[in-house]
Amino acid sequence: MSDAPRDIDHLIELMAKLPGLGPRSARRAVLHLIKKRGLLLNPLADAMHAVAVSARECLNCGNIGTSDLCEICQSEKRANGEICVVEDVADLWAMERSQVFKGRYHVLGGTLSALDAVGPEDLRIPKLVDRVISEEVKEVILALNATIDGQTTAHYLAEQFEGSDVQVTSLAQGVPIGGELDYLDDGTISAALKARKSV
Amino acid sequence: MDWRDEGVLLSVRRHGETSAIIEVFTAEHGRHAGVVRGGTSRKIAPVLQPGAQLDVTWRARLEDHLGSYTVEPLRSRAGVMADRLALAGLNAICALLGFVLPEREAHIGLYQRSVTLLDLLERTDAWPLAYLRWETNLLEELGFGLDLTRCAVTGTREDLAYVSPKTGRAVSRDGAGEWASKLLPLPMCLLGQGPVTDADITQGLRTTGFFLGNWVAPSLGNKPLPAARQRLVDLLARQG
Repeated sequence: MSDAPRDIDHLIELMAKLPGLGPRSARRAVLHLIKKRGLLLNPLADAMHAVAVSARECLNCGNIGTSDLCEICQSEKRANGEICVVEDVADLWAMERSQVFKGRYHVLGGTLSALDAVGPEDLRIPKLVDRVISEEVKEVILALNATIDGQTTAHYLAEQFEGSDVQVTSLAQGVPIGGELDYLDDGTISAALKARKSV
Repeated sequence: MDWRDEGVLLSVRRHGETSAIIEVFTAEHGRHAGVVRGGTSRKIAPVLQPGAQLDVTWRARLEDHLGSYTVEPLRSRAGVMADRLALAGLNAICALLGFVLPEREAHIGLYQRSVTLLDLLERTDAWPLAYLRWETNLLEELGFGLDLTRCAVTGTREDLAYVSPKTGRAVSRDGAGEWASKLLPLPMCLLGQGPVTDADITQGLRTTGFFLGNWVAPSLGNKPLPAARQRLVDLLARQG
C-alpha cells in the first residue's frame, strides 16, 4: 500500500491550522484540490513554493514583498513626504485597496499594550523615527485601529514627534458610510460629534 | 451555575480564532475571568474595550471552571480615546486593578470608587487628584494603607511633611529632623489640604508608587508595576 493516505492526512492536518478552517473543512478543501489536480492543486503547490522561497519582510517599512525593499518603498513617486503608520500588513493592504493614499507606509507590527507587556522597543517605532528623519517626511498619518491600545499607541507616536516640524495626523473617527445613527454605539457618536465639520 | 453582575472590563485576550478571554472587575464577584464566544467578531469586539461598563452573565458547569460570559454593553468609555492624559489614566486604572486584585474576591467599595473615577475621566480635568486618592484607597483596600493622621515621631497633627517608607506613617517636619532626606515627601493634596497643582499630584503618585512597588508588588510575586501607571506619572510630570 502506498503512503498516499498518510501524505493526504498530513496535508489535511496542515490545512486545518489555517484561519477559518477546521479539520472537516480542511478535508473538504483537500479533497477538492485532489479532484482539481491540474486546475488547482499543481498551480497552488507551485505558487506556495514560489512564495515560500521569495516572500520576505521589507527592511524599510515592514510590508511583505519579494525583495528586501517592497515595491512601494522602491517607487520614487511614493516619496511624497507622507508616511502612513499602520498596525499590521493587513491594514496596509486595506489602505492600498482604497487607492487613495499615494505616500509610503510603515508597519508597526502591533500596538503598545500594558497588559501584554508590549513596549515601544517591541514595535518598529525606533525605525519609524529614523525614517522620518532620513526620508525628510513632512506628515505622519496615524492609521491605527480605534481601540484603546490603538489610540494609546497613536498618542505615544504623536509624543515622539512633538517639537519637530513633522505634522502628525490621524484618521477621522465617526459615522461609517451607509451607517445609521440608531445602530451606532455611544462612543462612535461622541467621536463623530467631536469631529463634526461645517457643511 | 450562573450569575449576573455589572462590571468594568479590565483586559481582553484572543482565545482561538473567534473567542476572547476577558477579565471583568465586577461589583459582587470581584476580578473574574471568562470566555466570550465570538468575542472577536465585528459585533462584539468593539464592545470589549478596556474600561467599558458591562452587564455580564457568567455560566459554568462547576464553580472553579473558567466559564463563559455573555456581555451587554452598558457604557462605553471610548470618549477618553481622544484625550492623551485621560486615556493614560484609563489604562493605568485597568492595568493596576488587573495587577493587584486577587481573582474572585469581591471589593465592593473599591469597585464603586473605580467606577466613579472612570466616569470622571470624561467629565472633568480634575480627575488626576481623584486618581491619587483612588490609589491611596487601593493601598488601604489591599492592607497596605498609609496612616497620615498624625506624626509617627511626635504625635502632632500639624506640619506633616513626610511619609516613612518603612511604616507608611506620616512624619512632621520637626519629627523628621536629620532623617528628612530618607523620607518620602507628603504633598498637601494627599492630606486633602491646600491648593493642588499637577506637580503635587505627581509627587503624591511617586509616594503611592513607592508603596505599590515596594510593598504590594513583592506580595504578588515581585512583578514590576504595570508600565501604564508609569506612563501616566510621566505624562502628569511633563504637564506639571
